[in-house]
Amino acid sequence: MKKEVILLVMINGEQKDCAGKTVHSLLSSMNLDPKRSAVMIRGEIVPKAEYDRILSDDDDVDIVGFVGGG
Amino acid sequence: MCGPEGMKITEAELEEALDSRSDKLIYRILKEARIGIAGLGGLGSNIASALVRNGVGHLVIADFDVVELSNINRQVYTPAHVGMEKAPALRRILSEINPFCEIEEHVTRVTEENVQVLFGRCDIVIEAFDIPEQKAMLVNAVLEKIPSAIVISGSGMAGYGNANAIQTRIVNRRLTICGDGTTDVADGVGLTASRVIICAGHMASRAIELILNKETAIKE
Repeated sequence: MKKEVILLVMINGEQKDCAGKTVHSLLSSMNLDPKRSAVMIRGEIVPKAEYDRILSDDDDVDIVGFVGGG
Repeated sequence: MCGPEGMKITEAELEEALDSRSDKLIYRILKEARIGIAGLGGLGSNIASALVRNGVGHLVIADFDVVELSNINRQVYTPAHVGMEKAPALRRILSEINPFCEIEEHVTRVTEENVQVLFGRCDIVIEAFDIPEQKAMLVNAVLEKIPSAIVISGSGMAGYGNANAIQTRIVNRRLTICGDGTTDVADGVGLTASRVIICAGHMASRAIELILNKETAIKE
């Protein structure tokens, strides 16, 4: 039987289940394009090269998606 | 310095006039501040104009682009500036507003590679581009490469919608995003001075707030 894993991570101030998710897959699930986004974990920017990083327990994630105009 | 009617203004006179509207200490702190602005279009040009009027002493402004007639609907340039590079055109306008603000201009495309050279000495870097990929590039690059800088970015100020939808969102101690977060110029809704200026006002206000609070925090 498959064991159910729940991993609650703060995403933009809201608790969400992110078990097994990477930064990349989290962005996909939010319909955000990595080229138009910035991701910070515990107040530190996540370099694009590290988007395969799997989210862990104490991660507090801030995600910003940008739209055009200026 | 000469105004349009030939009135000579000394730095001391301008300082006193600015002082009379605020506190001497606040004036001095703002005079010491150094703020970078990447992109000198609707957001950047209006933010710069607000910051020099507020008495910010040092600005670093960068844009590769040239003023076009289609910019006049929301940017601080006038038809007389059409064809000029935006950075020197804006410096000229800012120097007329406050001749004693130090302005460092760069006619260049801001990239991941040059962001540190351009803005490395800035307390705050303001993202004021229009293309979302460029916005993301700048925010990521400054946060990665200039650990001491705070970033203020604009996202969502297009169209004719409710002005109150444009807000300041403090993401964390290093990043603030201003805008409604959703209206995208790519949807064909256009950009207007009224809404762009509100977003620029949010961004400039946040910069001032951060500079004054940071100083207070240092003293404590």
